[in-house]
Amino acid sequence: MDLLRFTTAGSVDDGKSTLIGRLLYDSKSIFEDQLAAVERFSKKRGDEHVDLALLTDGLRAEREQGITIDVAYRYFATPRRKFIIADTPGHIQYTRNMVTGASTANLAIILIDARKGVIEQTCRHAFLANLLRIQHVVIAVNKMDLVDYSEDRFEEIKESFTSFASRLDNLVEMTFIPISALKGDNVVDKSAAMPWYQGPTLLYHLETVYVGTTENHVEARFPVQWVIRPQSDEWHDFRGFSGRVAGGVFKPGDEVTVLPSGFRSKIKEIHTADGPLDEAYSPLSVTLLLEDEIDTSRGDMIVKINNLPEVGQDIEAMICWFGEKPLSPRGRFILRHTTREVQAVIRDVKYKVNINNLHKIEDDLEFHMNDIGRISLRTSAPVIFDSYSKNRITGSFILIDAGTNETVAAGMIRG
Amino acid sequence: MSAIRSYNVSLLQQLESEAIYVLRETAAQFRNPALLFSGGKDSIVMAWLARKAFHPARIPFTLLHVDTGHNFPETLTYRDEFVEKIGARLLVAKVQDSIDQGRAVEEKGYRASRNKLQTVSLLDAIADHKFDACLGGGRRDEEKARAKERFFSHRNDFGQWDPKNQRPELWNLFNGRMHEGEHFRVFPLSNWTEMDVWLYLRQEQIPLPSLYFSHQRRVFLRDGSWLDAETGFAQPQPEETILEKTMRFRTIGDVTCTGAVESPAATLDDIIAEVAAARQTERGTRADDQRSESAMEDRKKEGYF
Repeated sequence: MDLLRFTTAGSVDDGKSTLIGRLLYDSKSIFEDQLAAVERFSKKRGDEHVDLALLTDGLRAEREQGITIDVAYRYFATPRRKFIIADTPGHIQYTRNMVTGASTANLAIILIDARKGVIEQTCRHAFLANLLRIQHVVIAVNKMDLVDYSEDRFEEIKESFTSFASRLDNLVEMTFIPISALKGDNVVDKSAAMPWYQGPTLLYHLETVYVGTTENHVEARFPVQWVIRPQSDEWHDFRGFSGRVAGGVFKPGDEVTVLPSGFRSKIKEIHTADGPLDEAYSPLSVTLLLEDEIDTSRGDMIVKINNLPEVGQDIEAMICWFGEKPLSPRGRFILRHTTREVQAVIRDVKYKVNINNLHKIEDDLEFHMNDIGRISLRTSAPVIFDSYSKNRITGSFILIDAGTNETVAAGMIRG
Repeated sequence: MSAIRSYNVSLLQQLESEAIYVLRETAAQFRNPALLFSGGKDSIVMAWLARKAFHPARIPFTLLHVDTGHNFPETLTYRDEFVEKIGARLLVAKVQDSIDQGRAVEEKGYRASRNKLQTVSLLDAIADHKFDACLGGGRRDEEKARAKERFFSHRNDFGQWDPKNQRPELWNLFNGRMHEGEHFRVFPLSNWTEMDVWLYLRQEQIPLPSLYFSHQRRVFLRDGSWLDAETGFAQPQPEETILEKTMRFRTIGDVTCTGAVESPAATLDDIIAEVAAARQTERGTRADDQRSESAMEDRKKEGYF
């Protein structure tokens, strides 16, 4: 895969902005006029040195207050790969931002200050990366220069993180790298100060980590986004179902079912503007033509008959609450799932999770902003879904407040 | 799954597929979307992708050009030919009309620019034609305020952007719900970089306005930018010497605030090599962004694209 999307998680002052600045700077992704603008602003604000964090703080309020408010997306490329960084701020609305950044990431970098070791926030970051099913986690132990590049200290942190992570229900691949973002050790170039570390530098790891497994190529899923019916003589009989493959592989001749109706047909052609394809798989956007005339519209899902998703109105899910106002019991929402929109009512709140120590909270069930927990809900019409652990696209949804139109929750369906 | 095989998807395929998904989502979630088309490379790529997204049907968007009146003639010729070729409907919102109707006031002095006035014409066009979404070619790598943009970006009933209170955007679930009078800006190219756009233009062999390629042009230097001295829209002062140079444009916008760069790049291959080695961002040639540290953010808050 030529593209890696990753997110960075860290608490205040752990050097996250410096690390991103270092990756951009050392990979020559910062332009002279950007650097000049940062120098101008740093000088005007009276900083002693040029603050590389200003490269990522795009809004006026962020620069003035020296904080990051909103998720920002950064781009850089090396000869091996292109990278998209979802840079999520460390404090205000932390959970909301990290969940947002993590929802599209293949990899998360969790920063640990070598002096402080594994702290509450580290556990929170690991929990969220795990909840969002990020495939790869890099634990970058930063500020190694401030602990004399000590191998013992690094091993100690590694051990305490591993012991915490063993309590998470879905272990992912973890890579530990000792770095100093400020000095540049093991970020792009191998550190001369840590000869005991034999592993890859951070950038090398990002360039070479295998991310192909992120896409689900087993269960064939095609949420219908739009129906194409040209009003022209040339394409008179054309009726195509457009969408982006959400899993599996579709080929002409495949037997398919359209859900929720359950009508069966075969794929006649996989149409694109550049000509027909022999097969379509995630994440390609294509248009499917079927052998039979079946009533199909946006919100339906075309699937292969050998492997069906669930169709139902009762959903169990983990949600992260984003709303300003707390979640009200029996609250009514609009639920958006793939290309389908239905009404939903919360039936039951099972528990909340204290994300700092993973304890279940069962005595206070009111969801406030940034709270995470397990709920069950009922929808006004059937939803066609998989569990989030099987498929990130058909297993995720958002809740929208019907009055304000705000997105108030992100949900991950449990199997 | 009998045989193990890899389903590799190239970077450009991923970006194309994502943009097409966003374009189709726009058609599905809004009643009357417009596609902002300036004749610049980003809006050309966006319109090209729209043609692909709905093929073999027509593009279900009106193309909207907000015209400052300060155009390079090549851009207008290109615009009309391109629109004709892809069979789209074009609507032109003229800044001059906004000025004539007293809706916008022209800046004074030789540095006057109609850049900010475009916002008035754009918001008027949105109101007059009841557009509920405007597709823009903006990319997050272009400018630091744009790095904070969503794919679906909400605008209140004054057309304003509130960057500190944006809707979270998760997975590929876009929330385009709004109240009467509000609208959305949608950015299908959010994740593209300048390089991606050029590589895609080459891959698809999309014709471009000649201004992007090296040519002889009379120019003058102002604040580090080479401004055009041929169309007559930018007015050189007595101390600003006019020189003839081998130039091309990295971006194309209003003549008065779009600087040219000295370049021998005559083909897409040359341009791609040049972009790869560039040490200045493409908006470094845009005087409209140099006005202050937060020039883009301030304009965007008011309703600029």
